[in-house]
Amino acid sequence: MSIAKTASEHHHAHHFESPEKEFIASKEGVWLFLATEILMFGGLFVALTIFRGLYPEVFLKGATTVDWRMGALNTVVLIFSSLTMALGIHYFQKGDRQKAIISLAVTVLCGAVFMVVKYFEYSHKLHLGLAPAKFFTNPEMANIEHIKIYFGLYYTMTGLHGAHVLIGMGLISWILYRAIAKDEFGPKYFTPVEGVGLFWHIIDLIWIFLFPLFYLT
Amino acid sequence: MAHVANATHNEDYLHHGKGLWSWMTTLDHKRIGLMYFLSILVFFFIGGIYALLIRTELIAPGSTIMGPDQYNKVMTYHGSIMVFMVIIPGIPAFLGNFLLPIMLGAKDVAFPRLNLASYYVFMLGAFISVTSLFTTGVDTGWTFYTPYSLQTKSGVILMVAGAFTMGMSSILTGLNFIVTVHRLRAPGMTMTRMPLMVWALYSTAILQVLATPVLGITLLLLIFERLFGVGIFDSTLGGDPVLFQHFFWFYSHPAVYIMILPAMGVISELIATFSRKTIFGYTAIAYSSLAIAVLSFFVWGHHLFVSGQSEWAGILFSFITMLVGVPTAIKMFNWVATMYRGSVKLDAPMLFAVGFMFLFLIGGLTGIMLATIALDVHLHDTYFVVAHFHYVMVGGTLMAFMGGIYYWFPKMFGKMVNEFPAKLSWFFIFLGFNVTFFPQFILGSLGMPRRYFDYLPEFTALNRISTVGSYLIATGFLIALGTIIHGLIAGRKATANPWGGKTLEWTIASPPIHDNFNKIPVITAGPYEYR
Ligand code: HEM
Ligand SMILES: [Cu+2]
Repeated sequence: MSIAKTASEHHHAHHFESPEKEFIASKEGVWLFLATEILMFGGLFVALTIFRGLYPEVFLKGATTVDWRMGALNTVVLIFSSLTMALGIHYFQKGDRQKAIISLAVTVLCGAVFMVVKYFEYSHKLHLGLAPAKFFTNPEMANIEHIKIYFGLYYTMTGLHGAHVLIGMGLISWILYRAIAKDEFGPKYFTPVEGVGLFWHIIDLIWIFLFPLFYLT
Repeated sequence: MAHVANATHNEDYLHHGKGLWSWMTTLDHKRIGLMYFLSILVFFFIGGIYALLIRTELIAPGSTIMGPDQYNKVMTYHGSIMVFMVIIPGIPAFLGNFLLPIMLGAKDVAFPRLNLASYYVFMLGAFISVTSLFTTGVDTGWTFYTPYSLQTKSGVILMVAGAFTMGMSSILTGLNFIVTVHRLRAPGMTMTRMPLMVWALYSTAILQVLATPVLGITLLLLIFERLFGVGIFDSTLGGDPVLFQHFFWFYSHPAVYIMILPAMGVISELIATFSRKTIFGYTAIAYSSLAIAVLSFFVWGHHLFVSGQSEWAGILFSFITMLVGVPTAIKMFNWVATMYRGSVKLDAPMLFAVGFMFLFLIGGLTGIMLATIALDVHLHDTYFVVAHFHYVMVGGTLMAFMGGIYYWFPKMFGKMVNEFPAKLSWFFIFLGFNVTFFPQFILGSLGMPRRYFDYLPEFTALNRISTVGSYLIATGFLIALGTIIHGLIAGRKATANPWGGKTLEWTIASPPIHDNFNKIPVITAGPYEYR
């Protein structure tokens, strides 16, 4: 299947009539996959809504332990990375391989910045003993009823999101490799770039909901 | 597969590429289907042994062949294996993979590599689940209800991780099928000219894609809860164990339609072919599949009538659950109307189809009974529920599965099975099934609770009958296995269309060539033009 092919001579798989049909099908597949991502995170958002409704004060107190400036910084970084991702696709379509590669590299870099900021946030919290319930040791917070559920949700949701950022970075790196080493993408063929781009945008979008719900109460 | 055209193109798919490696790396949907078949057969065998162990333990009150702890494990593995590794993947992943592209006039599914990956993800999930056997084992039942699943021994994590992984495989298969139906129909194959099997697989795929992620996150949360203490399902941390039930059934109710919709697709094909008649109410059957799929998302609360959900929610869920009976009945009536004045031929596949209609009718109607709140308060978690879901899952799905295997066997392997032993296997399965599970309706309504290794002495007679029935079923399946193996080795050669079917798979060679069609067909009429 993955016989080396360059941007100018992409062959479509034999069971499709034309490259266009293959492109549409691939994109539909990606969209369906994104729907499953939304439903999966949807379960978590439902849980979050329920427990915010049950214990509003827990979420107020919990939000005092996170630094909204860090969250805001990460929000800006991710939104910017969505722009560079879109630019990457745009430049491939235009045939400007150099700029496309730069844009995608910047996107991966943004992902890395996001993860570094998250790393500092996590390690600061764990240092204070604000860990999930089994490892929770913080003395001041311990007497607030049900506060552990805030951290349970916080780590689960941002953690799962962080895992998606890492996967996204991996996918974009794979695109970069294919673009640099094999020169696979150009105006005629950019399906994987667009698919990975859609995935990256959805990660961004999920963060845009996580940020206010955890940081801005 | 961007391979070069060559002379081997006209060879059948079983001989296109030789050796184990060519199978393990194949992108051919037909071969992948058969790989699922083999795996599912093995799992079914294991799950079946557990079933016999359960029934043997219950042949008499008190401890017969095992203790209570062991019984709980046996019951859990039976349920989990049968649900996640047999009934859910059974028809879509095996028959669906084999048939869907051919029935649409396509050369393959939309994403062949993803298709192969789904198979390996499935096997990986099965493997992870089974490794839990080498830990302390799992004793929660296949539903993994909290809080018990948080407190019991740790094998739960592996089992649940395995179910999560198999769920991913199910999602990917569904995704692949949806895109295939949308994008790879042959010229002239409009949506309303698709065989009803395809409509059923399509509706199933929608459920697989939209419901399974919720199970995924539920199981993931269960794992996190055990490892770190997230709190969502843990009432000591402010969480809510009943939320687990909501999440679980938000998937698992649609999942029961993931099990039955493809079966209904098989039945539609069988009834049309063996009645030699254009199917009655094609559009109604097609759209009722979609209607069932949509409705099934809004009925999960019927599993929580006694779990402390509000009465108003209960009433609403009860009402919507009964609505599911409408599209289901539409299918039933249309099948019967198709058979009416048809030239019905009771070959082995058709026997299974008729058996399906009989058993599924009982299963479905008892479902409506259980949807009645007042009645369910008495019947919930009794053997009545056990009988209900076995009537739909075994009487429905498994009967259709068997009928489907006998029906498409000649197409898959180019050989016929012997009619007599095939019919004999039907006889034992059908008879044994009723002997096993009908008494359980009575036991349940007398109040015998499910999932216990022991029972009151007055339930002995009915339990004994039920156990004897299970041995009859086992005999039936062993005969079926023998029939199939004999057919594989010594079956007579099959023609392209031994049953007189009208869908596209019967227009090509048995077994089909690697690319399915020498030339992509152009479709000019509906799928069941008998006159
Ligand atoms: C007309 C269609 C159906 C209706 C109205 C219906 C209704 C119900 C109701 C109300 C229950 C809950 C009983 C209780 O726990 O007290 C139930 C349980 C169940 N049903 Fe159905 N059902 C239908 C079809 C099916 C089908 C097609 C399947 C599977 C192929 C199925 C599988 C199950 C299972 C597995 C359970 C019990 C799960 C457990 O507690 O372990 N049902 N059904
Ligand atoms: Cu249900």
